[in-house]
Amino acid sequence: MDSLILKTGTRLLTALMLVFSIFLLFRGHNEPGGGFIGSLVATTAFCLYAIAFGVTEVRKALVIDPKILSIVGLALSLLAGLMAIVQGDMFLTGVWSPAYVDGSSALPLSSVLVFDVGVYLVVMGAVLTVVFAIEEDKL
Amino acid sequence: MSWLPAWPILIPIVTAIIGFLVGRSPGLQRAVSVAGAGLLLVAGVALMADVWSNGIVATQMGSWPAPFGITLVADHLSAVMVVITGITGLAVVVYGLADIDRERVRFGFHPMLHFLLCGVCGAFLTGDIFNLYVWFEVMLISSFALLVLGGDKEQLDGAVKYVALNLISTVLFLSAIGLLYGLTGTLNMADLHRVIPTVENQGLLTAVAVMFIVAFGIKSAVFPLFFWLPASYHTPPVAIAAVFSGLLTKVGVYALIRTFTLIFTHDTGYTHTILLWIAGLTMVTGVLGAAAQNEMRRILSFHIISQIGYMVMGLALYTPLGLVGSVFYLVHHIIVKANLFLVSGVANRLTGSFELKKIGGLYKSAPFLALLFLIPAFSLAGFPPLSGFWAKLVLIRAGLEIESWWIVATALIVGLLTIYSMTKIWGQVFWEPHPQGFDPSPDKGPLKVSRRDYLLLTAPIAVMALMTVIIGLFAGPFYELAERSAAELLDPTAYVAAVLGPDALGPTVAEGAAR
Repeated sequence: MDSLILKTGTRLLTALMLVFSIFLLFRGHNEPGGGFIGSLVATTAFCLYAIAFGVTEVRKALVIDPKILSIVGLALSLLAGLMAIVQGDMFLTGVWSPAYVDGSSALPLSSVLVFDVGVYLVVMGAVLTVVFAIEEDKL
Repeated sequence: MSWLPAWPILIPIVTAIIGFLVGRSPGLQRAVSVAGAGLLLVAGVALMADVWSNGIVATQMGSWPAPFGITLVADHLSAVMVVITGITGLAVVVYGLADIDRERVRFGFHPMLHFLLCGVCGAFLTGDIFNLYVWFEVMLISSFALLVLGGDKEQLDGAVKYVALNLISTVLFLSAIGLLYGLTGTLNMADLHRVIPTVENQGLLTAVAVMFIVAFGIKSAVFPLFFWLPASYHTPPVAIAAVFSGLLTKVGVYALIRTFTLIFTHDTGYTHTILLWIAGLTMVTGVLGAAAQNEMRRILSFHIISQIGYMVMGLALYTPLGLVGSVFYLVHHIIVKANLFLVSGVANRLTGSFELKKIGGLYKSAPFLALLFLIPAFSLAGFPPLSGFWAKLVLIRAGLEIESWWIVATALIVGLLTIYSMTKIWGQVFWEPHPQGFDPSPDKGPLKVSRRDYLLLTAPIAVMALMTVIIGLFAGPFYELAERSAAELLDPTAYVAAVLGPDALGPTVAEGAAR
């Protein structure tokens, strides 16, 4: 589709949506939000971009193939789960940074965040793979 | 916290991820896949050894205590199923080295197979009914990908039927879980066992139980819900069909056994009578369907159905001996059935077809293969001293014990008809000369199979055939294993204690008595 209004609007919206999706990802740590929903917002942004400018442009902007993205995400989530082995806990137990645990740092760094980032990438990669396949099939 | 029950789930995921990452190089992918399958088998054996000496192992994912978190539980049944999954997985991966073409490897045959194994192991090990649903989904998605891999027209046709019917089953399963959760307020299977007797509306509970029968019935392909199986199992490459036929329906049977011994035992007079009818009809329709077929894989597909009937029969009898028979049958059947599919693949490679009328002459040209077919085929039909004989013997004795004459009669007659189908394959594929008059031997025939390929194809078959013989000749330890599994299934006290702690069963039982 070639529409000036859509293209101009998309440029603004895509950036906004991507920022919002990152916001959702981090907010999900303690409040409603998280990797899954944040990722869907980001995916919507990329889909909008694909409608306005075509799939090739999005692929260029993404740099990494969405399939690889989802596999890397899966590996990240798995790694986050395996981190618990270091402190002798069961798979998927949250591991928190020592600085946060003893109260000297306010930044709650944890394996939970790594897990969420992994989910973010898996969902984005999987949905974009499907959307791209359908879009490119039309041509 | 023991990690042992988690490894059989984690190893296939790691293997699949690495497999995808090295996707460009088929050689590397194959190496990763074989290593992963080997490790899975090792993890399974380690788990089995631990359960054998220390009893039921339970562990809480993410350290969230049961019944709130997801529990992984390995009792004897779960552990032995994981070991069998590892054996089948390794056999199919090795076989696949020669059977799956480069194109399919590049499209991700190996990683997808490991995702499937992950789903299967997850289903065997989980102690949470909703988590069981998740593993069913993992299996469904990866099996769908495997079915369409390569994308022949025939494959897509089979896959659509497979997916449509399996989706209905999953939706039904999910609704039933929702209703069960509404009735009991818990999803942990051990906790469900505790809470079920206190549910007021027992009638509704029976309705939910029947929904579970239908949902798992579609998965395990019992009468009258089996139509998707013969419509799809003969379409993918043999390595894929073998792992499907060995493992997937058996997960359904396992789920039936688990839920109808641990959760729904409040009205066995009703639910288990339904199961007994299903068992008998499944045996008969399966074996009759097989008799009408003239294609090797289709015959074997229908035989899966009739054999499922035997496993359900043991559960439906709901006696110690019956469950011993079911467990024994499960183990025996996975090995034998996957093996027969693998043999049919080699026969196809050598003679050029799966159609009985178009092939022949293998007895003379490939005598070793003939022997390798004969062992699992006789075992399937229940000849002594092979594993199938003991499995059938135990089930029939269980039936005689509680004087269920007609199911015993059905089981015996179906056993005879199984021999009919096996001799049909034997006669046409092995004894009769090839209709086109050539000699289908691996090294001289027109469809030459290289020495390396032939070795890779027959080695897993030989090992699995040997296992059938070993289970048959040294049935003692395997029988004891089945006996221990059955004892745990019939009296879930140990299971509940392992998951919820030793005092879990006390108060609720007292409450129930006070009522």
